[in-house]
Amino acid sequence: MSDSTVSATVHGEAHAQNPALLHHFATEEQQRDASNLGMWIFLATEVMFFGGLFCAYLIYRGWYFDDFAAASTSIDALLGGTNTAVLICSSLTVVLAIWAAQTSRRGMLLSMLVLTMIFGMAFLGIKGKEYKDKFDEHHVPGASFSFDHVAIPSHPDQYANPRHAEIFFALYFIMTGLHALHMIIGLGIFTWLLWMAWKRRFTPEYHTPLEIGGLYWHFVDIIWIYLFPLLYLIDRHQ
Amino acid sequence: MSMATATAVKPVERENYLNKEYGVGSWLLTTDHKRIALLYLISITFFFFIGGFFALLIRLELLTPAGDLVQADTYNKLFTQHGQIMVFFFLIPSIPAVLGNFLVPMMVGAKDLAFPRINLLSWYLYIIGGAMMVHCMLTGGVDTGWTFYTPFSTAFSNTKVIEAGLAIFVAGFSSILTGLNFVVTIHRMRAPGMTWSRLPLFIWAHYATSIIQILGTPIIAITLVLVIAERALHLGIFDPKLGGDPLLFQHLFWFYSHPAVYIMILPSMGVVTEIIACFARKRIFGYSFVAFSSIAIAVFGFLVWAHHMFVAGISVYAALVFSILSYAVAVPSAVKVFNWTATLYKGSIRYDAPMLYAFGFIGLFTMGGLTGLFLAALGIDVHVHDTYFVIAHFHYIMVGGAVMGYLGGMHFWWPKISGKLYPEGWARLAALIVFIGFNLTFFPQFILGYLGMPRRYYQYPPEFQVLNVLSTAGATVLAVGYLLPMCYFLWSMRYGKPAPDNPWNAAGLEWQTQSPPTTFNFEKEPVVTWEAYNYEEIDARTGGEAPIVG
Repeated sequence: MSDSTVSATVHGEAHAQNPALLHHFATEEQQRDASNLGMWIFLATEVMFFGGLFCAYLIYRGWYFDDFAAASTSIDALLGGTNTAVLICSSLTVVLAIWAAQTSRRGMLLSMLVLTMIFGMAFLGIKGKEYKDKFDEHHVPGASFSFDHVAIPSHPDQYANPRHAEIFFALYFIMTGLHALHMIIGLGIFTWLLWMAWKRRFTPEYHTPLEIGGLYWHFVDIIWIYLFPLLYLIDRHQ
Repeated sequence: MSMATATAVKPVERENYLNKEYGVGSWLLTTDHKRIALLYLISITFFFFIGGFFALLIRLELLTPAGDLVQADTYNKLFTQHGQIMVFFFLIPSIPAVLGNFLVPMMVGAKDLAFPRINLLSWYLYIIGGAMMVHCMLTGGVDTGWTFYTPFSTAFSNTKVIEAGLAIFVAGFSSILTGLNFVVTIHRMRAPGMTWSRLPLFIWAHYATSIIQILGTPIIAITLVLVIAERALHLGIFDPKLGGDPLLFQHLFWFYSHPAVYIMILPSMGVVTEIIACFARKRIFGYSFVAFSSIAIAVFGFLVWAHHMFVAGISVYAALVFSILSYAVAVPSAVKVFNWTATLYKGSIRYDAPMLYAFGFIGLFTMGGLTGLFLAALGIDVHVHDTYFVIAHFHYIMVGGAVMGYLGGMHFWWPKISGKLYPEGWARLAALIVFIGFNLTFFPQFILGYLGMPRRYYQYPPEFQVLNVLSTAGATVLAVGYLLPMCYFLWSMRYGKPAPDNPWNAAGLEWQTQSPPTTFNFEKEPVVTWEAYNYEEIDARTGGEAPIVG
């Protein structure tokens, strides 16, 4: 038990040196590891959260393949593609922001965070345009939904079943809507990170919030990378 | 004379987590895991008694064959709310949120959980969800059954399905965040020398539970989102009339809700393991087998969901596969029971109240587990499906298992939590009453179910009355058994004798600090140099003195 006195002293010193170290952690490394692991575990729950939707989507796509293909051709792949590019750029700016913090480049850190948020808002703007188009075309599930006389891509002489197309659009709105909600939460996180960066809280030694905020952003990006081909590109090759 | 004055002077109380700060704010804004555990204890007890009250109403209604106490639709709401409150607001959070919150950091030798503020957030989420559930109850209630089966819940029920769904959605995030906090704490906050093979088995059980909470809960969250969206916007994802599939709902629902049973039972197993080692004064037989059987139960738990759907219209091949997998999950459960028995063998056993609850757990869990095998068998399941046999089975597991473990754990750690000793005689009596009351309530239901009494009916043929009367009588006895501990725990807080730091002479870091502990748990960061459950060493050192209990 004599070791405990030694570790207790070391513990006290670490706290005296770094005000960012919370009381219940012994070292900065422990605090950083805990935060990172916590975020990865949270992302695992997010994977399962979206997983239920992907599961539902794949089942109905298998059953109503042709109807889903017809419905997906009515979504604007150009807008979706643009959004994919926008998101990938935003992931790059997040990485650059972390790099800027590691190398003490404050101006770059701030501008990269702002740029990330601009990309995020651009994504949501484009998404809003897509939603409005769907609304105008009566493709929003509900009483005013209409999907009559839309040809199936692989059988141009047959019409898609509007009931099954409605399930496609229901899943489209829930999946992209949930993704957009995550983007909005992400913008909130990045506002906070920007404020912390403005207050000069980040140093080459301490930038854990940037890292875990970045992890979250990349995750939202990756979800989109799966949503885009599943929802927009199915059967486009024909 | 001088001695009289000396005893009259009140001893100065040591500073601890209870008396460090006073005031409502110091509790509602606390980030101390021990205070949060007490917040959970109070709120969970509240929900337990609401759920229990509904259970008594159900049993009273079934006292007579005619549905004369309540109407059919009220009865539907009663059993629905009983199930939803007991499952989501009592059984799932009970041990992890109360005992786990209190003990996990102390058992691994940490000052707190890894994310104290997230821990507080998770309590608030629980309270928000609970408040929504109570509001839903008071303004009309839900009648779907706790399972929310579609398309009834999405298209036909005219009760408050959306609000109940949202309440459970919110409470689910509380469960996820607790699990996340535990996993990170167990991975990153262990004291020097606390290796994985020295962790108490309570910790291993909570680790496995947390994995289920983290990976399972989001599935029910998204399922409820779909139900809510479908009900609000008439989407048709689960409605066969609109091309949707109600079976998909059941798959998604049970993918969480079967593993949820293990969220309820694994922590209980952890508690029982601690108690048995302490009161048999022995190292747990086959430590690593018990540890890995927790993980195995967590993994297998995710592979057996469709045994709830044998008669729902899944293919016979799928049913066969899920039948076999369901048998497999019995193996790690049996490993635990065998190892407890082997630990007890030739132990110097003391029959204190926690140990009585642990014995009760083993008995009831074995009974529930064996009847689970009946239900996993495809042919028998078809016979007893949706009868009282199923009701009895899952109450033996979920109430007999989870609640016995919870009560046993509360008694075992009460001196540490409150700093006071509870009255041992009353506690033993309560344990006995609970055990008798429980069996009287639920054993007749096995027979009722086997004879064909269906679940969820508010009236029944007269020939089932005798068994129903027995069951209702048992429920009354059980209610007394549950009220007793609440009374004497509250009594002990004011009048109980002060507890020594280690009243049971137990192994484990939580007993090496004062009772109740200080805010940061330990005076100095502990360094672990011994193996878990070194009871032989402790007894050799202390001469095997009988522990002091109130």
